[in-house]
Amino acid sequence: MPIAVVLILLVIGTLVFHFVAPLAGWTFTELASDWGQIDDTINITFWVTGFVFVAVNLFMAYAVVKYRAREGNKATYDPENKKLETWLTILTSVGVAAMLTPGLFVWGDFVNVPDDAIEIEAVGQQWHWTYRLPGEDGEFGDVKAELIDNDNPFGMDPEDPLGRDDVLIENGEVHVPINVPVKVNLRSKDVLHDFAVAQMRVKMDLVPGMETYLWFTPTKLGTYEVLCEELCGIAHHTMRGSIVVDEQADFDAWVASNPTYADSQNIAAGNAQVGAAQYAVCAACHGQQGEGMQALNAPKIAGQEAWYLRRQLNSFKSGHRGTHEDDVFGRQMAPMAGTLASDAAVENVIAHIQTFPDNPAPVTIDGDVVSGQRIYNVCAYCHGPDARGIQAINAPRMAGMTDWYLATQLKNFRAGVRGGHPQDFYGKQMGFMGRNLQDDKQVQDVIAYINTL
Amino acid sequence: MAYVSIADRDHEVEHHDPDTFISKYVWSQDHKVIAIQYGVLAILIGLVGMLLSSAFRLQLGFPDMFEFINPENYYQFVTIHGMIMVIYLLTALFLGGFGNYLIPLQLGSRDMVFPFMNMLSVWVYALSVLILVASFFVPGGATGAGWTLYPPHAISPGTPGTDWGIVLMLLSLAVFIVAFTMGGLNYVTTVLQARCKGMTLMRMPLSVWGIFMATILGLLAFPALLVSAIMMLFDKLLGTSFFMPAMIQAGVATDTVGGSPVLFQHLFWFFGHPEVYIVALPAFGLVSDLLSTHARKNIFGYRMMVWAIIAIGGLSFIVWAHHMYVSGMNPYFGFFFATTTLIIAVPTALKVYNWVLTLWQGNIHLRVPMLFAIAFIFTFTHGGLTGLFLGNVTIDLPLSDTYFVVAHFHMVMGVSPVLVVFGAIYHWYPKMTGRMYNETLGKWHFWLTFLGTYSLYLPMHYLGFLGVPRRYFAMGNTEFMPDSAVTLNASMTISALIIAATQLIFIYNMIWSLKHGEKSGGNPWKSTSLEWQTPDTPPKHGNWGHSLPEVHRWAYDYSVPGQAEDFTPQTVPESEVPVGRDHGVDS
Amino acid sequence: MYITLIFLGIIMATVIVWLLRQTFNTQPWISEAADNEVSGASMDTNTKAVALTVFLAVATSVFALFISAYTIRMEEPDWRPITEPTLLWANTLMLILASIAYHWTRGAAVKGIDSRVKPGLTVAGVLTVLFLIGQLVAWQQLNAAGYYLDLNPANAFFFLLTAVHGLHMLGGLWVWARSTMKVWTGADSDSVRLSIELCTVYWHFLLLVWIVLFGMLLST
Repeated sequence: MPIAVVLILLVIGTLVFHFVAPLAGWTFTELASDWGQIDDTINITFWVTGFVFVAVNLFMAYAVVKYRAREGNKATYDPENKKLETWLTILTSVGVAAMLTPGLFVWGDFVNVPDDAIEIEAVGQQWHWTYRLPGEDGEFGDVKAELIDNDNPFGMDPEDPLGRDDVLIENGEVHVPINVPVKVNLRSKDVLHDFAVAQMRVKMDLVPGMETYLWFTPTKLGTYEVLCEELCGIAHHTMRGSIVVDEQADFDAWVASNPTYADSQNIAAGNAQVGAAQYAVCAACHGQQGEGMQALNAPKIAGQEAWYLRRQLNSFKSGHRGTHEDDVFGRQMAPMAGTLASDAAVENVIAHIQTFPDNPAPVTIDGDVVSGQRIYNVCAYCHGPDARGIQAINAPRMAGMTDWYLATQLKNFRAGVRGGHPQDFYGKQMGFMGRNLQDDKQVQDVIAYINTL
Repeated sequence: MAYVSIADRDHEVEHHDPDTFISKYVWSQDHKVIAIQYGVLAILIGLVGMLLSSAFRLQLGFPDMFEFINPENYYQFVTIHGMIMVIYLLTALFLGGFGNYLIPLQLGSRDMVFPFMNMLSVWVYALSVLILVASFFVPGGATGAGWTLYPPHAISPGTPGTDWGIVLMLLSLAVFIVAFTMGGLNYVTTVLQARCKGMTLMRMPLSVWGIFMATILGLLAFPALLVSAIMMLFDKLLGTSFFMPAMIQAGVATDTVGGSPVLFQHLFWFFGHPEVYIVALPAFGLVSDLLSTHARKNIFGYRMMVWAIIAIGGLSFIVWAHHMYVSGMNPYFGFFFATTTLIIAVPTALKVYNWVLTLWQGNIHLRVPMLFAIAFIFTFTHGGLTGLFLGNVTIDLPLSDTYFVVAHFHMVMGVSPVLVVFGAIYHWYPKMTGRMYNETLGKWHFWLTFLGTYSLYLPMHYLGFLGVPRRYFAMGNTEFMPDSAVTLNASMTISALIIAATQLIFIYNMIWSLKHGEKSGGNPWKSTSLEWQTPDTPPKHGNWGHSLPEVHRWAYDYSVPGQAEDFTPQTVPESEVPVGRDHGVDS
Repeated sequence: MYITLIFLGIIMATVIVWLLRQTFNTQPWISEAADNEVSGASMDTNTKAVALTVFLAVATSVFALFISAYTIRMEEPDWRPITEPTLLWANTLMLILASIAYHWTRGAAVKGIDSRVKPGLTVAGVLTVLFLIGQLVAWQQLNAAGYYLDLNPANAFFFLLTAVHGLHMLGGLWVWARSTMKVWTGADSDSVRLSIELCTVYWHFLLLVWIVLFGMLLST
């Protein structure tokens, strides 16, 4: 008896949950593309399956009540009923066809990309999104996996003229124009990934060695999160990007503001001598030889790799870093970075910093090295077992750098003081990882271990 | 085709009557002992799988609050949890456990046809479990590639356990497949060759039908896993590039070229989808027998049930790519596989109708096994219906790789088969031990498990609708996920922990009742099928004493009009049926 | 995957048709006297023969899947076909002769001609061993010619497929060794008749598999 009551309650409860869940936001996100057909197919399926769910379970509950064992009862002997079984087969087939048919039509639409679609390319790697746009000629240049290295992260073929005007976006954010069909070509540099935007309803895997695609027409302005939804290694959950739906004019302006492949080839190498003059401002805090000064909260920068210095300087300049109100020292650095007005100035200073002798910073933090080593297992996936950093994974060097600064930054990452800016995808990643350290002791332990490297 | 009863060959059967403890309980060739060895091992490793799930559920419900769980072991736990539950628990328990116990007993044979190979099977299985567990203790730990073990990430740096963990995992799978093949040859041959006199195929209980068909599926599908495991081992250890394309690892180009990750997925799911039915078909069979016995009514539409099992088995080989709609395979495959996938819903739905119609006009005794069986119908209906979302290629676009998938397959091939496992264990416990389980503890176990799992998985579907991806160590702050969804995740974790703790009641009940349970007698459920008609309970070595049983009817003669009792065992000839006053109420 | 599908389709269709024929025209709820003609039990076939049939289905599945994987992987542009050593032709001949020898021995065992069983078995075994040695030599020749295993998937598949086939052959040789031991220690042919009959089927099966594999390797 209780089981029958519970079955009825569960059916009712499920229905109530289904209709109440949207109020709490536990349902599909608001659609931002014209894939309303997908939502329609889902709704048809909801009605058909919902009916079967309610009917079968209520019937069962009724049977359990009506035919529960009682003294003197005897079951009816009833081996089969061809007519009933035939009818049930027909009805089920009709229900299945009602769900399948629209599904197949919509899939047909998804497979065939409209001719007027613009193309963008999303490139996945462990654990970051980059993008490429075809540029003015509307065609992508050739890429080859074997050409990919730190200087050519997209694997562009320098011989292919079509690639000269390709727009390369290394930040995890891409823009698309509203009300224009967008075909997203998908390419992976290493393992499987999956390009998914909940509000657009579509997703597709990225497979190394081949190109895949999906398409949608954005219909709503806004910024939407791009998630990797195919397990791609230990930092899978940190592989985030975003897609911004713009008015056409804003989109055009955004495209123009990004460098083309040709531009990126033409950047002059930094001049260390020119940079020396500009470094004078930096020297006040970071020291003449970039050795860092704890009293002024300025970390060691000597020995840090150029790509990381460049990215951080640009982050400070663009406000991705040093804008959080609790980031006291970052806020001091931001205007200093601002004094390096041009890209050339940044390159010059970096070139100068590269000339400094790389002496290990003094050890100031003590901790349990054994515990630290255990924790560092996870860090090693990106920063390398020797903590020298891996540029391809966007992970900087930590060994031999100022340890008190690592501690401050880890605390900042954990508190969201650093890595909280929506466009700081690298910082966001480290935030995820940093928050897994439960307390200050763990921070100290892991830094103590890094100090031994 | 001529038939020869095995009764005429009975004198040919060798009897190794075991006399020492070791030959009786360790190197035993008795199918019943082997069944229990399989069952206990599977449940033990299943408990490990459950503990792993509790650990990673803690992280999902309460992110970053527990020191012992970091991204590395999170992915390892998720991977090994899935592997254990699907293969080492469910496949082993249904086929190695119930298959071994029930096939000879329900078919009236003395043992499996190859007892020695049967013994080897369980010990090779134990070896595979040992290798799996050992993978946690090698440098780098167990693999964290997800239970699907997709290359390239399964064997390239950036994933936990790519040094030794993945090698041991693949090795363990290969060993498991050897164990399964030895067992499977036995089950199929026993069903075909060792049925007692009168036991035609269409008189077999549905339990045997389900196990028989599942074994055939396993024998044909596990080779796909073996082939992909061998090829991946080559890629990992010998540097071939079957599955490894040209790619960059930590900034450095590998020397692999041209390999096809999608090829692995095809092979994997060619095994992986039939695997779902390898677990589901035995559950279908067992639950049919539970429902029929406790409702005191014949199973409704027996023939349709058999044909549905055959049809599902056949169709299960042409639906595999519905796991790959968004894998980057040729998108035109989507049309074909969506159609076959939804067609398979028809025989499956018919089975559900027939279970419910078996209850209709029955005389339902709500004992613990029956409660589990009824709950199975509920959860299986739920899980089956959500399959219609994912199988329909269009709807898979938003839902693939989200919590919806996790919720769906846990409902349909996690909770549902496990409910059947419990129901079946309670049902056959008196036969295996000669004692009854404790009914009160059984009911507690039932209610907490059933309601706990539903409260865990129902909300999970809705997080899937929202777009929350599976296999995420942490969601962090996202613009599309409301804070209340985080709370929902916490509540799901609490459910999971309650379910996990509840299983202690079950284990306690099983152990306590061994000594203190009431004596059950040979046929406590007044059941018709052969295993309840053995001369001894628990059945002795050889099962049937001096002479094999003879079967005169199907296994579902419950409440036949005009008969005194409400059940007529299969062994009773037509002339000996006690006739009594028919006192049905509805007829 | 088409090849696998066809193979498995045939196997599954056989299983399903057989099962349906067994089940279609019955009304199981009608009890009949347990009568051998109508409702007897096991088929009058040997249990081990049934088990071998089932095992051959499993092995067919394994090889069909390998062949499928081969044809799919072959499509990728990096595929460089190998030049098969001519020795393989000799090996094939050995295996054919081994199969014939087994067949001949089987005839002798069935007829109870003990005097032929001993030499027949020995010859079959020696030829099979020669085949396996020949395969090993072929491996060495390929290695010497620079077709290393990890250089190209075509090479890798060659080693893999021949290895899997060879392992099946070794399994067969184990059973062969047991019956040969029996015969040499004076047992009469009746005690090994079944083993020889089943091995004959197995050898024919592996010969067929080898011919298919060899044909595929040659033609691609």
